[in-house]
Amino acid sequence: MSPYLFYPLACLTIAGALGVVLNNNPVRSALSLVATLFLLAVYYIALQAHLVAALQIIVYAGAVMVLFLFVITLLNLSPDPADRTSPLFGAAALGSALLLAVVLGRALWATTLPGAANTPLPEGFGTTVVLARQLFSEYLVAFELTSILLLVAVVGAVVLAKRDPSPADMDAPAPGREA
Amino acid sequence: MVTPNHYLALSAVLFAIGSIGVVVRRNLVIIFMSVELMLNAANLAFVAVAYGRGLMSGQSIVFFVMTVAAAEAAVGLAVILAMFRNRQTVNADDIALLRW
Repeated sequence: MSPYLFYPLACLTIAGALGVVLNNNPVRSALSLVATLFLLAVYYIALQAHLVAALQIIVYAGAVMVLFLFVITLLNLSPDPADRTSPLFGAAALGSALLLAVVLGRALWATTLPGAANTPLPEGFGTTVVLARQLFSEYLVAFELTSILLLVAVVGAVVLAKRDPSPADMDAPAPGREA
Repeated sequence: MVTPNHYLALSAVLFAIGSIGVVVRRNLVIIFMSVELMLNAANLAFVAVAYGRGLMSGQSIVFFVMTVAAAEAAVGLAVILAMFRNRQTVNADDIALLRW
């Protein structure tokens, strides 16, 4: 990716991330997060991760964020002054987060990574074929466990979100059945 | 010239912003969104290293992170809904039953 594209996009991504944290209105926070996730998909395309970019848009910016927006509207959340901790606490959080960013950034910058640097990418790098072949050979056990995880998550979410029928509701006739 | 290290630096910044959100905000839904932001920062680091080193494993890991994050979002939001139904609040300071 050319620097002329990277730096403006990086600024937009950081602005979106700050929007998630700083917005008082939860709906605006969620939409900022959608924008940030879309921008991350652009990076994935630039990094030759085409399938991951498509999944990012479909799964994250699509499904997960719709779930978030749905819950926000369901809870009828509005801007709440009690949403923030005290300014002193906020300043401490800002300081420690800056420290975290510096330490993480320095550590990542200085780390020698596995594999060979500056080599031409292998044939078919980032294509669905190569990724799928790896998922179904090297990571087969993890892949199969993922299906169990998703099943458990679906069942768990339904059970948790289900309204408990209270005794009063059960005695009352169902609406529309009186006549 | 944009190197993978630039992406790693961006990922560190996004992770730090997400951690601020988790600490500063008291709304459970927004804390949750900040956690998603941190997960995405980690994903960016994985993809950047995969690209820089020609290793496809990084992209496979991102696939798994996305799956776990989707499952976590579904269950977590269901927990928040159940809690809201019982306590009429999503403020993390008001839910202190297990805290002294």
